[in-house]
Amino acid sequence: MTAPLHGLLAADPVVATSGVALFAAALREQAVPVTEVGWHPPMPGTEVALARVMADPRREAANATALARMTSAEAVLVDVAPAAEALGLERGTFLHAGPPIGWDRASGPLRGALIGAVLLEGLADTAEDAERRLAAGEFDLEPCHHRGAVGPMAGVISPSMWVYVLRDDVHGNTSWCSLNEGLGKVLRYGAYGPEVIDRLRWMGAVLGPILRQAVRSTGPVDVRAVIAQMLQMGDEGHNRNRAGSLMLLRELLPGMITADAPSSDVAEAVRFSGANEHFFLNLGMPACKLATRAAEGIPGSTVVTTMARNGTDFGIRVSGTGDQWFTGPANTPEGLFLGDYGPDDANPDIGDSAITETGGIGGFAMAAAPAIVRFVGGDVPFALRATRRMYEVTVGEHPLFQVPVLGFRGTPVGIDVTKVVRTGELPQINTGMAGRVAGTGQVGAGLVTPPAECFPAALEALAAAVPR
Amino acid sequence: MTVHVELRRGAYHDSVSLLQVSRTVAGAAGVEAAQVAMATELNVEVLRGMGFEVPGDAGPNDLVVALRTVDEEAVATGVTAVDDALRALSAPTGGTGADDEVPPGTLGSAVRRSGAGLALVSVPGAHAVTETYDAIAAGASVMLFSDNVSVEDEVALKEAAAAADVLVMGPDCGTALVGGVALGFANVVVPGPVGIVAASGTGAQQAMCLLDAAGVGVSHCLGVGGRDLKAAVAGRSTRQALRALAADAATEWVLVVSKPPDDAVLDDVRAEADALGLRVHWATLGAGRPDLTAALEQALAAEGVTVPDWAATQADPDDPGLTRGPSLRGLFCGGTLAEEALLVAADDLGAIASNLGHEPALGPDLTDPGHVVVDFGADELTRGRAHPMIDPTLRTARIATEAADPTCGVLLVDLVLGHGAHPDPAGELADAVRAARATAHADGRALPVVVSLSGTDADPQGRARCADALAAAGASVFLSNAAAARHAVAALGATR
Repeated sequence: MTAPLHGLLAADPVVATSGVALFAAALREQAVPVTEVGWHPPMPGTEVALARVMADPRREAANATALARMTSAEAVLVDVAPAAEALGLERGTFLHAGPPIGWDRASGPLRGALIGAVLLEGLADTAEDAERRLAAGEFDLEPCHHRGAVGPMAGVISPSMWVYVLRDDVHGNTSWCSLNEGLGKVLRYGAYGPEVIDRLRWMGAVLGPILRQAVRSTGPVDVRAVIAQMLQMGDEGHNRNRAGSLMLLRELLPGMITADAPSSDVAEAVRFSGANEHFFLNLGMPACKLATRAAEGIPGSTVVTTMARNGTDFGIRVSGTGDQWFTGPANTPEGLFLGDYGPDDANPDIGDSAITETGGIGGFAMAAAPAIVRFVGGDVPFALRATRRMYEVTVGEHPLFQVPVLGFRGTPVGIDVTKVVRTGELPQINTGMAGRVAGTGQVGAGLVTPPAECFPAALEALAAAVPR
Repeated sequence: MTVHVELRRGAYHDSVSLLQVSRTVAGAAGVEAAQVAMATELNVEVLRGMGFEVPGDAGPNDLVVALRTVDEEAVATGVTAVDDALRALSAPTGGTGADDEVPPGTLGSAVRRSGAGLALVSVPGAHAVTETYDAIAAGASVMLFSDNVSVEDEVALKEAAAAADVLVMGPDCGTALVGGVALGFANVVVPGPVGIVAASGTGAQQAMCLLDAAGVGVSHCLGVGGRDLKAAVAGRSTRQALRALAADAATEWVLVVSKPPDDAVLDDVRAEADALGLRVHWATLGAGRPDLTAALEQALAAEGVTVPDWAATQADPDDPGLTRGPSLRGLFCGGTLAEEALLVAADDLGAIASNLGHEPALGPDLTDPGHVVVDFGADELTRGRAHPMIDPTLRTARIATEAADPTCGVLLVDLVLGHGAHPDPAGELADAVRAARATAHADGRALPVVVSLSGTDADPQGRARCADALAAAGASVFLSNAAAARHAVAALGATR
């Protein structure tokens, strides 16, 4: 039989303290090893719900299950197909980023992207006509997340757009994401001018079919393995995707150049893909979606399974509370601006790309990508600290996604609502910034956090779900 | 004179740290009075009592800075002193010094990072349950110093702890000694054969000090919280502690110290202890049961240890020409010492009003013209305030009030030394005793003062030195709390 109380009475005491500093000091004076928590009160008004959720006997095991599912989910690129075919997306339905929202409350970039998508689908002749029909409620708007899909920035997916198809055979899930349009004036940042629509048409007519042939001929691509490698090459998988994009191109290139298409189309598809630093983002996102999706719906689990923004609201969903959204007004990112743009030009936070942080990369892997501070602001110690801070609000470390500079420690993964509420430490998100006015496009990149109120709201719902 | 009251929203610091800040600032040039405290209901009341107006919307997560200064200029000096003192609190006190290390954000993280077997929780009561569950889940036993934890939460915590094979010591557990390490309030004693299980903080300290005086050392002292032997909690932690001590090589026999327990629970626990084959002696207060000193004497005798004469210094009697008040006033920092004093004194005096949870109960102002025992460590007197063993301000003020009250015939007070307690409690108490006696004498009244002094000579404050200081102030000083209570009753009789 082992000694009672894990051998407490036989060992030299090692103590952790939370509260009065004097007691920690008194222990140090007795030469006892002490680890002190910098305790401060949790987010206001949460103590009753916190105690209830902390007391839930299901919590520890449920969170362990969530972590195990998240980190064991596969992400294999198996096909590229039009959204109508892959997602069964109906004509007149438009998917968008973030929690549910109507036209009336939609932000500039989301409106711009919807207008562009309506034009692309040929459902209106002019931007004004598209806007009028959207405002009249002639089309159905639905979050990508409600279909298991994700979209960066405005995240608008319409039936004729081509999407990547990723599979997780361990948990039997599929996820989808649109093809990346590159930077500058692009639909996902709310631009809908003729060059934007022309590019989307070309992507549907030329790029999509070539990528489909490439995937089908060179075989499925293990996207998770690419993420594991890119983190060791200076990417964090949200706002820095350089190594990942090149590795993806390396995988697809043989199939692209042997595709059955005019050589000028192949050349343009290869040039377009190779020139796009965020080529990989639209694969990293659905890979993280498959991970978080595997962790959904575990009773008692306090792990966040979705963080997403629509440019107006920021919403989270939590494993133990299923499909319920907990929203608050989206913050505006702080960071660096392109050209003459400044803070007044930036729209509040937008996009499903915070799924990367939810899955343990992006801002959570910032220590792996110190070069990113040149793009989003901050300094290198900040990048290292960002990852270290996130260990304090997550349930575990990713066995495959590792950070070399932290001794190959796994990235922090599985945001725990109770830890966010207790520490007040909000998830660190790296993001692009869209222009506030519809049609502008990208204005910068930076750092942002969710609005704090999402977490106490989720905690209340978790507390209400604890069996009496 | 200028009064300055400032509210700093959401700026949390613990009550002990703020006590240090208040003391530092009170010493700044031109500052007459300073109170820096979280705006709990109790602290707001204390501030109003000091003549400060606190904004009505101030809450327990807001910091109040209240200064009374000689002039407007000194306000700035005072505020600067506050800022400096608060900044000093967050200065690093150790650790690795690596700039990019992030301190643990939660207790569970601290336990996992350090491999700690024990977690010490002393956050305000409303938050203590969360911290304790976190430590249990991380696999650590918990000393739960915090009070204001409900009995339902206590039971649930102890069930979760038992399932994880860890011990919850508390809530409201002031004293523990684990593997020679003192946690919270604890006296410095030599290692030895006695394991103490204590549903009482100051009761445990009294027992440790009496054992020390008898030359007997202590292996461990495991606090279990003052309610552990009540019916609702049913001895959950006591049973776990007894099992752990039964398996401990250093422990030969066990002393269980408790506030008055539930009889049925006590019977069950005794039966369980017998089944463990452990020699257990019981110092469980209650009507018809021996006081702590008597119970300990019986235990020592049973273990073949000679019972010594417990240290006692009797003061010279007051001038017989002075008039005498009729009532006992017991002003305690230790809950169990208060309870024991009340039980001992009630044998002779009959009804004694107290805030100890039995009849007759004191009202919210804690006064009564008859016999009174007040526990200044009670939950309602420590919300947002440090325990009176660290911050005796309220008790000291009450001594002065009693001195001016003609119905007060004798003052009975306790003083507990050791780790965690005030660094020079005897000096402050001696001043209060001297002043109280002078007040009474000036009014033509006698005022005997009796001090129950728990401590050892190895304590940082040194018991002998403290006893001398108190005796010099005119107090009678006893190591045995029961003996102190009897002496106080006798002194009252002599003055009647």
